[in-house]
Amino acid sequence: MTLATAPETAAASRPAALLRRFRTIPGAVFFGMAWLALMVLIAIFADVLRPYDITRMDLMARLSPPGTSGHWLGTDELGRDVLSRLIQSVRVSLVIAFGATIISAVFGTTLGFLAAQFRGAVEHFVVMLADFQAALPFLIMSLAVLAFFGSSMMLLVGLMGFYGWERYARIARGLAISAGAQGYAAAVVQLGATPRRVYLKHILPNVASTLIVSMTLTFPEIILMESGLSFLGLGVQPPDTSLGNMVGFGREYLTTAPWIMLAPAAVIMLTTLSISLVGDWLRDKLDPTIR
Amino acid sequence: MSFLLEADDLVRIYSGRSGLFGKAQPVRAVDGVSLRLAQGETLGIVGESGSGKSTLGRMLLGVDPAQGGSVCFDGQPMPATGSADWRGLRARMQMVHQDPLAALDRRLTIATQIREPLDIHKIGTEDTRAARVQDLMEAVGLRPDQADRYPHELSGGQRQRVVIARALASDPDMLVCDEPVSALDVSIQAQVVNLLRTLQQQTGLGMVFISHDLKVVRNLCDRVAVMYLGRIVEEGPSEELFANPRHPYTQALVSSVPEPGKRLDGRVILQGEPPNPAKRPSGCAFHPRCHMASDICRGVIPELHATGEGRTAACHLVTDATATQVA
Repeated sequence: MTLATAPETAAASRPAALLRRFRTIPGAVFFGMAWLALMVLIAIFADVLRPYDITRMDLMARLSPPGTSGHWLGTDELGRDVLSRLIQSVRVSLVIAFGATIISAVFGTTLGFLAAQFRGAVEHFVVMLADFQAALPFLIMSLAVLAFFGSSMMLLVGLMGFYGWERYARIARGLAISAGAQGYAAAVVQLGATPRRVYLKHILPNVASTLIVSMTLTFPEIILMESGLSFLGLGVQPPDTSLGNMVGFGREYLTTAPWIMLAPAAVIMLTTLSISLVGDWLRDKLDPTIR
Repeated sequence: MSFLLEADDLVRIYSGRSGLFGKAQPVRAVDGVSLRLAQGETLGIVGESGSGKSTLGRMLLGVDPAQGGSVCFDGQPMPATGSADWRGLRARMQMVHQDPLAALDRRLTIATQIREPLDIHKIGTEDTRAARVQDLMEAVGLRPDQADRYPHELSGGQRQRVVIARALASDPDMLVCDEPVSALDVSIQAQVVNLLRTLQQQTGLGMVFISHDLKVVRNLCDRVAVMYLGRIVEEGPSEELFANPRHPYTQALVSSVPEPGKRLDGRVILQGEPPNPAKRPSGCAFHPRCHMASDICRGVIPELHATGEGRTAACHLVTDATATQVA
């Protein structure tokens, strides 16, 4: 920061300063944001955007290639419109991935903070639980749960929410302990703050950047995990569809009709890439020490 | 006379471990320390590193619970650390930390941080809090336009001013300063020390000033306690103690302060290892380095006893008011 701009910065109100910080966005990040916005809009307005019903079959036009008039992304083996199914898949997969990422981040971070606050037996218990989770093959546990209770959207989101929580728990615990040792948290405790205030107002914003990065890693993993479960027939149940589901069923036609699989695969790739780009950028931007 | 803070026979033992399977060794960081602090008084605590000064400071605030002994603040015993009563009491006793950058949250503006004690203890309304923050910033010498800065955008001295302003926000009765100037430049040290003195005179708060810097302590404090390996070895009014130190350790400390225009002839240079709290010497802990140690020093721990003029010392060789001028 140069001398000339210093008084101006100080005089400007915080929202204005925040706005200015967001103004210079690199191209890749801009693309990522645009893509994510598009995905969210598609998810919200899926019902309006779909040209056809996802189960509507056009048996005369089975496996039509992309570019066929009326079916811009082609049709699948039952003559269902790939574009319509893709739009519905985006909605389903985004709900699962966002929902599950948020559940696992909140759950893991909470447990990590509890461990850091109470130490002793609570910490042992949380660490043991995290080790248990890490040692357990998640797919096998999901299979057991889904086979036992049957698959439903709620259960799937809840189950996926338990994927990766142990990472947040470990990160949050470690960072909270080091924050207490570093001083600012100890200083605020000394000011008389309740643990709630210390953790929510001070430690959480300070460790958020690490957690955001962790979330950008979990998000694609959850999409892929859901794909795997759908492929095994335990995830999203047909005729409903998800990105992973489409990839799974499109696999059989990989050589003859690759578009069935490539369209959802491209969406998965671009979405996860966008999340990483935006997450990285956001982490830097939310840190006042990097300006 | 009632005291603001009374500490009796404080003990704090850490268990130090050497190596992976080493036996846990008790380290007596603070060992039977008693202190009195009157309203408006500044008490200096000096000693070399590892002498338990900072631990003692945290115990006086109740941040580190005492393992033995008791702390009474304003006639009331210190509530359990972390309890609601303890948190409430923070409005009346505050701390200034050694490293201001570490003590500040780097994600919050300094105005928010100075305001924090007011928010925590629900002092005043929105408007009065904002006004109070402005007053505090002015009192510690920060410009109003710095209110929206982040800690890393300020200099070391300015950061320490922020920490001091935050500590004073709730108008406390007692302030513990743990080496508040040792991380600062010499030129800034003087500013901060003067600031602390001015604020203390204005607000009349009791202050415990922990430092290894004798010049600063002599300059600022009414009374001084000298610590060696977790125990107080000498205590007395600042001027007399520095002018006429009685304990051999204090003598060595005082003679180590260089004075301009004076040759370092009469310097007492300490021999031997710096103290290791895990391996406490028998008897007087200072005897291995003391040039006057005799048999009694090696066997019997000297108790703190009055030596007149409101002074106390823990040394077998310093006997009474007419203490022999050792060395």
